[in-house]
This record gives sequence, structure tokens and C-alpha cells, in this order.
Amino acid sequence: MKSNRATQEPGWVRALLLATGLGFLFFFLGLPLVAVFVEALAQGWPAYVEALKDSETRSAIWLTVLIALAVLPFNILFGVAAAWAIAKFDFRGKSLLITLIDLPFAVSPVVAGLIFILLFGAQGYFGPWLAANDVKIIFAVPGMILATLFITFPFIARELIPLMQSQGKDEEEAAVSLGASGWQMFWRVTLPNIKWGLLYGVILANARAMGEFGAVSVVSGHIRGETNTLPLHVEILYNEYNAVGAFAAASILALLALVTLVAKTVVEWRMKKETDMLNTVLAPEKT
Amino acid sequence: MKMLVRGLAASLFALSAGAALAQTTLLNASYDVARDVYKDYNPMFQKHWKATTGETLELKQSHGGSSKQVRAVADGLEADVVTMNQANDIEFLAEKGLVAKDWAKKFPNNASPYTSAMVFIVRKGNPKGIKDWSDLAAPGTQVILPHPKNTGNGRNTYLSAWAWALKQPGGNDAKAQEFLGRLLKNAPLFAAGGRDATTTFMQRKMGDALVTFESEAEMIAKEFGKGEFEVVYPSLTMQTEFPVAVVEKVVDKKGTRKQATAYLEYLWSKEGQENAAQNYLRPRDPELLKKYAHFFPPVKTFTVDEVFGGANKAFATHFKDGGSFDQVYVAK
Repeated sequence: MKSNRATQEPGWVRALLLATGLGFLFFFLGLPLVAVFVEALAQGWPAYVEALKDSETRSAIWLTVLIALAVLPFNILFGVAAAWAIAKFDFRGKSLLITLIDLPFAVSPVVAGLIFILLFGAQGYFGPWLAANDVKIIFAVPGMILATLFITFPFIARELIPLMQSQGKDEEEAAVSLGASGWQMFWRVTLPNIKWGLLYGVILANARAMGEFGAVSVVSGHIRGETNTLPLHVEILYNEYNAVGAFAAASILALLALVTLVAKTVVEWRMKKETDMLNTVLAPEKT
Repeated sequence: MKMLVRGLAASLFALSAGAALAQTTLLNASYDVARDVYKDYNPMFQKHWKATTGETLELKQSHGGSSKQVRAVADGLEADVVTMNQANDIEFLAEKGLVAKDWAKKFPNNASPYTSAMVFIVRKGNPKGIKDWSDLAAPGTQVILPHPKNTGNGRNTYLSAWAWALKQPGGNDAKAQEFLGRLLKNAPLFAAGGRDATTTFMQRKMGDALVTFESEAEMIAKEFGKGEFEVVYPSLTMQTEFPVAVVEKVVDKKGTRKQATAYLEYLWSKEGQENAAQNYLRPRDPELLKKYAHFFPPVKTFTVDEVFGGANKAFATHFKDGGSFDQVYVAK
């Protein structure tokens, strides 16, 4: 590709832009990441390992994983269903549904948490009934799952809607006209088409579920070893002047984030490869 | 759809029922630096309770900002007992009917098993020669404290300085207010909380003095090292209380009144008092106070009740919108 004079910036402008971008990356992403590990290891490996072996830290790790695992199936179910409905069908109130899906993005997580307090808290709408029947939602794991579900709900749908819209409904129509049942069409045609997009959405939703602080903090009750997730545990350790413990727990979160990043990159790479392949296969048909 | 809802409800129910079937459990909702105190106290009480009644208790802890914690208890966090660092917070629960109206009389010493005092933390060698409240208000001195309007730490600092100014020769409310104006001018910022103030002072190296709890000084030493700072005791300061209460509504529902009351009573036992002392909180027991005198140098203190006629009254006069703080502190 020959560079065009008009789109070519002078050398110093390019250097400046590059330096700004890289500098920003370094100061806002690189440095904090390094700092987390430096602080976590400030008193050496034994202290770091000891901090992670603490039973409350371990239970926070497990609770974080448990909540993510509990939330993802619902997210997949609702996300695929919503994206399917929006991308493949026309119905009244469609734009309202799209707006509703975006609601968790627009609402502050703390407000999201307070909504659940308002619904299920002791002075909330369902509070007295729940208390009378001895069902605990708020300040227990179910409430934390609900809050996380609310926050992470849009990720998968948002990822799938544009993908499904661009794919259109031709293939599904072809499948049905060839005699496929609804399920057959879904499993053999739709799902293979969206699988990478779906996985991408799952990764994003998972990252958010594990890192969520605001909403979960409001409904957690902060019972140690029971309703503290990793982000909440980091805060409380830090407030207790336990820097090594706090940063050790934070380093686990950072590692989870790094794993997520790698997974995301792999998925993006596979997605691109498949689209490229499809394009080359389809190319001769175009005139 | 109906199946799904029922299934969901059933699984939620199973999750919560699992906890209920286990042995008797007490939940202690506490302020956020209370962990060290109760980490050692809980096993102590478990052993004591087992020895006297044969019952095995499970003790759980919830920690967070004091006001946030009582908010959660009011919203249904099933804490059997609350152990806080501000009387206002327990008053809030009393108003909501969760705690007895006369909670402060249910246990000795105003229901506060131990106390602390507001002290100054200054840089090594005390380069500015800070000795008393007047030095904090001197021109060119910077003092770090959390926001007086919405943090316990900040309120205690404000009231301590006020009481000190009041007790100076010829002191009165007008002079105290004027003194607070000068002192607050020396605050380059108001930290969001106690921990935040410490970080500002110790890590960002801002300011010449930090005002905080005596007990907090030891936690600062734990993280930043003893050689980094010195503790200064002013000529008069506030004795801060750490009130405790049984959450009536919860213990009635769970049937844990006996255990919860004993849990708090035991804080006044020799073992409970000694544990507080070892965590740098001034025990009520005079003998133990003497035994741990090396932690607790004598300091002249006042209580909020003596000078301000109670925590609620102090709050109304000084920190409500339009109170003395709002008059003194004109935003820069």
C-alpha cells in the first residue's frame, strides 16, 4: 500500500502521538499493575503466600468464582434469547427492549445495589415477607448473585446483537425451508455462527462479574469468610493497614484480569480468522 | 416460566436454610479497623462459653465503615451484636427500634468496654515542635484530618479542639469557633476517612501533623514502621468511646439473646479487657490500665457527654447543615 501524502502526518506529529499514547498506557495501566505486585511482594514471597493462605482470602477467592459461575449461565441464556429476538424478529416495543438491555450500563452500580435493598431489604417491598419466611437474599450470596447478574446482563446481548444483525436471517430461513426443526436450526446454524461472539461476551461478562465492587458492596453485608468477594476483601484489608494482604488479594484479581485479556485476544484472533476464511470462500460468488 | 421461578426460589431457599441448620451463630457487625480486637477476642469467648454452658458457638464478623454498617443492620443484615466506634451510629439503630432505647445503660461504662484518645502524629523529630492544639492552628502548619462533617475521626478532632479552646483562660463558644476557623485553614484538604488521612500523611507526605485515634498509631506503625513518626499527646483531648449493643430484633428472632448478651458482657472480663489493652485500646479496668501504662501515657481527657451534653446534641450543634462547622469552614 502506497502512503498518501494527504493522510501522512509529519514525523514529529507521529512521534508525539505515539509517545502520548504509550506514555498514557504506561502510567495508567502498566505502572499500577507493576505497583500491585511490588506492594504484594514488599515483605517477600513467604508473606505473600501466607497472605493468600489466609482462610478469609481463600473464601473470598472462591466466592468470587462461585458468583461468576452462577451468573454466567443466566447471562448466556438471557443474552442469546434477547439478541435472537432483537436481531431476527420485528415486534412492537423492540427499541424499548434494546433500551432496557442497556439500562445496567447507564445506572451507577451503587444505585443498582440500592435497588435490591429497596426490594428485598428489611424495610423494602418484599422484606417483611422474606423475613417471615426466613429467606435471606440481601446480605447473603443470593443478593450478591442478583446484583452481579444485573450489572453484567448487557455484555453478551450487546456483543451478539450487531453480529446477528449483520448475519441476517437467510441461513436460518434456508435451514427451516429444508425441514429443520427450531432446535436443529439453533444448534446447527445459529450457534455455530455466533459462537466466537458469544464467547467474547462471556469473557467480558465474566471479567466484570469478578471485578464488580459497587453493587456487590451495597448488598454484601461484608461478613468475613461468607459474603466478601475479592474486591471487597481488598478494600477491607487495606483499611485495616494490612497492605501485603490487600495487595496479595489484588494481585489475584490482576492475574484473573490478565488471563481474561489473553483469552479475549485468542478469541478475537479466531473470530478474525473465521471471517477472513468466510470472505475468501464467498469471494468468487461476488461479481 | 413458573417452573423456573419455583426452581430459583427453591435453590435460594436451600442456600439460606443451609446456614440456619448449623450450630448457633453470632454475627458481630463492627467498624473497619476492629478486626485485630475481635480476631483474638472471639476464640477467647468461644472457649469461655463452651466451658460454662457446653455449647459450641460460631462467631462471625462483618467489617466496614461504622455508619455503613449500621445502615446495613437497619436494612436487614442479621447482626446479633453491633460494636461500633461512634455513639451516633447506635443511636440511629435505637431510633429504628432495632436496639433498646436505653442501650447505653445495658452495660457498664456507657456501654463502651474500652476507650481511646485523639492524638497527634507528627514527623520524626517533631520538626515543627507541635505540642498542643494551638500549634496546629499556628500559621504555616499543615494539619491532616478526615472531613469533620461526615467521619467519626474528623468529628472527634473538631470537638477535641473545640473543647480545648473552651477550657483556655477566658474561653467561650465564640472564641472556640474562631479558633476552629484558624485550625481548619491549616487543613490543605479533608480526607475521606481515617485510612485515607493516614495515607495522605504517611505515604504522600503531606502535612506536619495528623490527628487520629491513639490506637490507630500502632496500626500505622505496623504498616509504615515505628521510626517514621512520633505520637504527641495534647494537653486536653477527647476520650473516644466504642459503644456496643445487642440488636434486639435479631436476637429475638434467632433466639440468641443469652449468647449475644454474654458475648458483650465478656468484653468487661479480665481476659476481654486485657485483649483490648494488647490492641492499644485503653481498658476500663484500672489495674490493667496500670499494667499497660507503657502503651497509655497519662493524658487529660474529656467525654462528649461532659462538654457537649451527648453525641446527638454535639452533632446537632456542630455538624448538621448550618451548624458551627458550616459557619467556620467557608470553602476555599
